[in-house]
Order: sequence, then structure tokens, then C-alpha cells
Amino acid sequence: MTPLTPIITAHWDVPDYFTLEGYRRHGGYVALPKALGMDPDAIIGTVKDTGLRGRGGAGFPTGLKWSFVPQNDGKPHYLVVNADESEPGACKDVPIMIANPHALVEGVIISSYAIRANHAFIYIRGEVPQAIRRVATAVREAEQAGLVGDNILGSGFSLRITVHSGAGAYICGEETALLDSLEGYRGQPRLKPPFPATHGLYAVPTVVNNVETITNIPWIINNGVEWFRQFGTEKSPGFKVFSISGHVARPGIYEAPLGITMRELLDYAGGVVGGDGTVKFWIPGGSSVPMLTADHLDTPMTYEAMAEAGTMLGTGTPMVFNNTVSVVKAVTRWLEFYKHESCGKCTPCREGTYWITGVLERFEHGHGTDADMDLLVEVCGNIAGRSFCALGDAAATPYPGALKYFRDEFEAATRTPVDEAFPPAASYIFGEVAAR
Amino acid sequence: MSYDEGVMAQMRDIIGRYPNSRSAVMPLLHLAQSIDDEVTPEGMRVIADELGLTTAEVTAVATFYTMYKRRPVGKHHIGVCTNTLCALLGGDAVYDAVSERLGAGHNEKDVDGTFWLERIECQAACTHAPVMTVDWEFMDCQTPRSAVDIIDRLARGEEVVSTRGPVIRDFQATEHTLAFPVDGLAGEGGEADSIMLAGLTVARELGMKAPTPGEGSA
Repeated sequence: MTPLTPIITAHWDVPDYFTLEGYRRHGGYVALPKALGMDPDAIIGTVKDTGLRGRGGAGFPTGLKWSFVPQNDGKPHYLVVNADESEPGACKDVPIMIANPHALVEGVIISSYAIRANHAFIYIRGEVPQAIRRVATAVREAEQAGLVGDNILGSGFSLRITVHSGAGAYICGEETALLDSLEGYRGQPRLKPPFPATHGLYAVPTVVNNVETITNIPWIINNGVEWFRQFGTEKSPGFKVFSISGHVARPGIYEAPLGITMRELLDYAGGVVGGDGTVKFWIPGGSSVPMLTADHLDTPMTYEAMAEAGTMLGTGTPMVFNNTVSVVKAVTRWLEFYKHESCGKCTPCREGTYWITGVLERFEHGHGTDADMDLLVEVCGNIAGRSFCALGDAAATPYPGALKYFRDEFEAATRTPVDEAFPPAASYIFGEVAAR
Repeated sequence: MSYDEGVMAQMRDIIGRYPNSRSAVMPLLHLAQSIDDEVTPEGMRVIADELGLTTAEVTAVATFYTMYKRRPVGKHHIGVCTNTLCALLGGDAVYDAVSERLGAGHNEKDVDGTFWLERIECQAACTHAPVMTVDWEFMDCQTPRSAVDIIDRLARGEEVVSTRGPVIRDFQATEHTLAFPVDGLAGEGGEADSIMLAGLTVARELGMKAPTPGEGSA
């Protein structure tokens, strides 16, 4: 059995761990002086050697991303932390920011030093003031302690950190839309290339990294490559902050090596609640990746094994649904989300999400047709790969993924409204909630 | 309230955080909303003047992001997550109960104009489903009854505490926090709650720890 390995989460029960003093008492800011004594390129090399992959969904190797930033080019460089966690199902960055804001700040300082950035931005979605005030206060404490500002710890390295509040737009989790938003525009994606590494914020070299990715950095500097690589697999090294939600007895944050299976995670989370006590379907990493079934519970939670199973690790934030849940209803609700959040820039995504949602709602009311099932496949095919950013691809994902395993449910929804076949109240967890 | 010298100083403070002044438009809109309870034409004009933009450019931003409202919100903004996971686990029933209590639908207000109700998208708190927010502070793990009880207590002016945050203030106070996030309240809400600690708790019960350097293989 793969053990749980609390690392980032190891001290979350310490009452003042979110303060500078509490974080320092438990090993905080030990990595910083060590890093400032290293050559920046050596830090990039170390992160490359760990094989750390971005924890925001795409899984791009972090060290490689950093190495794309041209050095000694005479231009300012920026680090931008993507803290716009809005992917349905993903809830690990917000807990990290609430419980462990100083680890993020320490990671930001070290990462900025490595890529030669003297100004870093933490772009946090506006709907989570508790995370925003915790991170902003951590930055303020670090400034007052001389850990952020001019000539940090006498190293000659200077850094400003700006905490930026978003204002409600899922699209700003897409890195180029985030940059447009941070520049003061509507958050719409840019055509790539050029990539942010050369033309990012204000058109200068910029690294955009996810919260959890950056929070890994202090532990990597402290403990080294070999330590890091003992977790996970060759292609998916390291550990992961998994958020497990849905019909499980103990939903929450579970930190474990990559490669742990959903069956193991489910076991730690107390198993399935409600319905007949079995998993009907689950999504490994946000609604933008295809769903899996109980047949895939032993698939390792790695980038490569999830790809082989026809899905993606994504944000590594599994949602679990029992047999009381209508797949048709779940997919319809996700598409309503993508329709709402499409920024409108690209026609296939803007129009496609509108039409898919309309057709899916016919199924929800028991009025779908066999021809509609094929029509949806066609519309999804006309969105995927035909928009600037991954939101379009994501919107084209839930329906084909569901059809693969649950075609019979869509067929049934040509005759019977889903709320009749799957009474909503059967899925409610109010009994569990009241006991919590 | 008006855009007096104190507010203008706050605006310049925000602008000073960025290498390029235009980047300040979003926090400035939050500040304007904290003053007016909505984003008003006057607020957008003041921001445009301060940033050297046209009002059309500021309006373009204000109309893109859902948190900016162009009607007064009232004292409290109530959000109920009806994205898939929360909805299926009971969020739809929570929304219906709150909607009935307030006599208001999505992006509508109650008859007194005290509460604004909104069906919100995923709030990054699926582990705490069904999720509600009051002035964007977390009110986790709701039932229809608990949600209506929160509305009743707010309506009576009683103290309501966020499940992972401070005592509820009002919508405009939260908007001010979004513009000036070092608000003195970071100490509220305490350490991680039992759901955020679920894995750590199990690991402790089972005697599981991450290996430290030199300890060998996990």
C-alpha cells in the first residue's frame, strides 16, 4: 500500500503555521539563504533534475520552462504565480494559500532569484478573500523581516511581490489570459507562439507557474534531487497535494507520492458513501479531463498512466460520484459552466459551448434523440483544437468522455427525464454534512 | 461616499504596485465597488482619468468580470455553488431554499435590497460541498436549513462567522479587502480545518510520515 506522505501539509494543524513565526518554527525560510548562496543557473538545473512537473494541470516540466527564459538579455523578467484555481473539482491551491502562505512566498523568492526576476506577481482569484489576505499578509511579514525587498539577506538580490486580486473569470487560469488580465485588459488568451518565456507580461520574459508547483521549491532546495525523486515514478516524480471530493466518507486534502492509486486514496478517504456504496464514475483532475469508472481505480495517479487510460492527471483533484448520479446531468452542468466562462474570443468555443449546452438540456428533460448524440460528437469535434486556448478543448471533453462509458444513459434520456431516472435527493449528502 | 482626497491617495497607492499603471484597473474597480456598492459610471470615469484611459476601456474590463456589479449589491452578497459537484451533493437544494427565503433568483435581490443572490461557479472548495459564500467568505458544508439559518441571522444583524475566515462584515468591506488585502484579519479562521487536515489525520493514525533526506526509499 502506498503510504501517505505529508510534506507541504505536514504542519497544517499548527495553530499559527500561517504566520512567519509559526512557519519558521517548523523549518520555514531555511531554504532561502541556501538558495541565495547558489548560482541561479544551479537552481534551475536542480529543479530540472528533480523532474518536477507543473501542478496546474498541463504537467509541463518546471525546470525546462524556467530554462526557456533568455538570460542576461537586459530586459526585466517576471514571475507570475497562477493562483486562479477555478477548475471544477480542484481545491488544493486555495487550501495551500490559507494554511501555508509562507511556503508559497518562500518558493516565490527562490524561483524569482533563479529566473532573475525582480518583481513577482501572485494572481489570486477574487472570490477567495481568505486566501488573498493570508498570502498578502505573509508577503508583508516577509518584507518586514527583510526576506522580501532590497538586498535580501545581504545577497544583493532584490524582489518586490505584488498580490493581485482577480474578479471572477475562469479563463484567467489560462496563462496568457491571466497575463492580459494582469496587464489590465479583459482576460482573453493570446495566440502562442510567442510563449510567455520570451514574450510574457508587458511582452518581456515571464514564467507562469501554479501555486503548488512553486510551493514545492523550498523542499527541493532543502532536501535535494535524490530525496525528491524517491517519490513517484521516473516520468512523474515527486508528491502531490490531492483534494478528494464527492461521495466519499472523508473528503479533504491527502498528500501522497504520485503513482498512488485511486483505490488507495479512496481507502484513506473512508470509501464511498451513499447509493450502493460503489464508484460510478470519477474524474482524476478537474472537469476538463475525461472521466473514468470503477474499472480504473487501480490506475496509478501519474501523468503517463492517466494518459494511457485515455484521460489526464490534470490538477490531481479527484471527484468521486456514486451510482445515484446521472452522468447526463453532470455533463450538462459542466457544459453550462464552460458556456458561462468562455471568453468569447474564438467562435468555435463561444458558439459551440452554447449549442452543446442547448442540446444537452434536451437530454436532461428526456427529449434528446439518437441524432442529437451524433450531433454532439460532431460539435465537440469542431471545437477541440480549433480555439486559441485549452478552454475550448476542455469544453469538448466531458461529453465524448461520458459517451464512451455511459452511452446507455444518453439513450435512456431520449425517453425519460434524468430527474425521474435519478431522483436528485438520492445524491444529497446532508446527513454526512450535518455530522461533520 | 465620494472620491475624496483620501480615496485618491488609496488609488495612487494601488497604482504604485505595478510597473505599468494600467495593471491597476482591476484592484481600482474593487476599490470603487467598496465605495459605491457597485461599479458606477462615476467610478469608472475617475479610474479612467487616473490611468489615462478612456471610460470605454475601463468599462470593457468592468463588464468582463462577474464580480463587478453594475447595480447596487446591498449589504450582503450570497453565493451558492451550483456547479456539478456541489449541485449534485445538495447545492441545488441549498440554492432553492435560499432563493425561496429571499424571494429572489439568480443575480436578484430580496425585497428589502439587503441581499443579492447569485448562483456561483466552482469556488475551489469541493471538499467542503455544498458550498455557500457570504460576501465571498466561505460558508462551507451547508444544508438547506443551515443556509437559511445564516440568512436569518444576518437579517437580524447577528454575528455570523465564516467557516474558514473572519466574522462576516458586508459586501463593501470584502471589496475593500480585495483592493487592500492586508486587512488585519489574516489571523482569523485559525489553522486548517478538519477537512483540510483529513489526510494528515489519517497519516498520523497510521503512523505514516514522509521520509527525511538520508532515510532511504519511501
